[in-house]
Amino acid sequence: MTQRTPEASAAAETDALIQLQGVNKHFGDFHALKDIDLTIPRGQVAIVLGPSGSGKSTLCRTINRLETIDDGGRILIDGKPLPAEGRELARLRAEVGMVFQSFNLFAHKSILDNVTLGPIRVKGKKKAAAEAHAMELLERVGVAHQAKKLPAQLSGGQQQRVAIARALAMEPKALLFDEPTSALDPEMVQEVLDVMVGLATEGMTMVVVTHEMGFARKAGDRVIFMADGAILEDTDPESFFTNPQHDRARDFLGKILTH
Amino acid sequence: MESLTTLFEQYGSQIPVAFWMNIKLTVLAAIGSFVLGVVLALFRISPVASLRAVGTAYVHLVRNTPLTIIMLIGVLAVWGQLKITFADDFTLNFFIFAVISLSLYHAAFMCEAIRSGVNTVPQGQAEAARAIGLGFLPAARLVILPQALRGAITPIGNTLIALTKNTTVAAAASVAEASVLMKTMIEFRPDVMVAIFMTFAVGFCLIVIPIGLLTTWASDRLAVAR
Repeated sequence: MTQRTPEASAAAETDALIQLQGVNKHFGDFHALKDIDLTIPRGQVAIVLGPSGSGKSTLCRTINRLETIDDGGRILIDGKPLPAEGRELARLRAEVGMVFQSFNLFAHKSILDNVTLGPIRVKGKKKAAAEAHAMELLERVGVAHQAKKLPAQLSGGQQQRVAIARALAMEPKALLFDEPTSALDPEMVQEVLDVMVGLATEGMTMVVVTHEMGFARKAGDRVIFMADGAILEDTDPESFFTNPQHDRARDFLGKILTH
Repeated sequence: MESLTTLFEQYGSQIPVAFWMNIKLTVLAAIGSFVLGVVLALFRISPVASLRAVGTAYVHLVRNTPLTIIMLIGVLAVWGQLKITFADDFTLNFFIFAVISLSLYHAAFMCEAIRSGVNTVPQGQAEAARAIGLGFLPAARLVILPQALRGAITPIGNTLIALTKNTTVAAAASVAEASVLMKTMIEFRPDVMVAIFMTFAVGFCLIVIPIGLLTTWASDRLAVAR
């Protein structure tokens, strides 16, 4: 578990930042999310685990409406329900940053432009101010010297760190990570996880879909274990790893921890 | 040989003038069809179902109508019957009709060329744009189209080549372009008919081949590295 300031821990107990209420999602006949109720308090780092196809990525993507949800469910960010579409949705979406498995940096734009695009076009920041802030963020994730390059000229680990900087540039209230290290070569995983641990320590609210058990133990406040579209376990990392309650969870841990 | 010399003495100065008309038609209709094609492509990828329907209907209706008929609708129905004119000058008026007809027709092909370019842009690019709070139009303008157009250079080039050659259909709107001159020349000099055909074939090749070379070069040069 991570060392947090007392303020962050106190806030985490009271203040709901992300709320999912009765969220269902169907892909055709496939029931991908089954009646999900979930509250993520401000400052919490929630690790979402589960076998592939369990709905963990879908859960992550519904939180900022990259996937629509079935009628009847609600998603609230900081107490405000997410609208189904339109300009208001675009604005609220920017309050929750997203980091993708495949980085998704804008391939035709320089590293610096990737980071400044949102602040300039969505938040209306001045170019100079946006660039200064972007350089700070790039400095922080350790790729400032690559600012003029195109994404394809960077390694996967560097690209993913830029993607984190791009998300941070919007000054989001929370960050979603959808398997951020799964597409990386093994030697690049650590540099990305280090950045994420840094964010966790600073009190950023994070929902992280990952298979990195070391990270889950080190930075996670909470483990959400999913199977077949439902949340089976919701506990702290230590309890989950040492004493899983469900057979599915034991089976899952058995498969990933034996190597 | 002597007959050829007299042919070029008779018509030599008119040939570049006639081809210049085809070039003007090509350039203006290229701009018109490209702009309309981008708008149609945006319709076809838009999240609004009714706009998608409009885009699809336009493409299917116009793409499957012969260009000659579109040209004649302009000249006979819109000008002849509805009395809509764009310029008092007779020649200029028909020239404008020809440019509009060519633009409307090739916009359907431009749209599909651009849409094929959109398909070269990974889904994740649009998702990342949405995730930082960009709406549909800003995401399209800043992220999707710049990449899609680079991926669409080759099919756009094909459309431009077809457009260049289709400018001869402007003859149906009484525009004095190359094919009209060719008909005149054949009428008065049937003795050198093959030479006349060859002259115009080579003329079009000289205009079209650079377009092909240019688009091949540009699509290599501007390809988005992934």
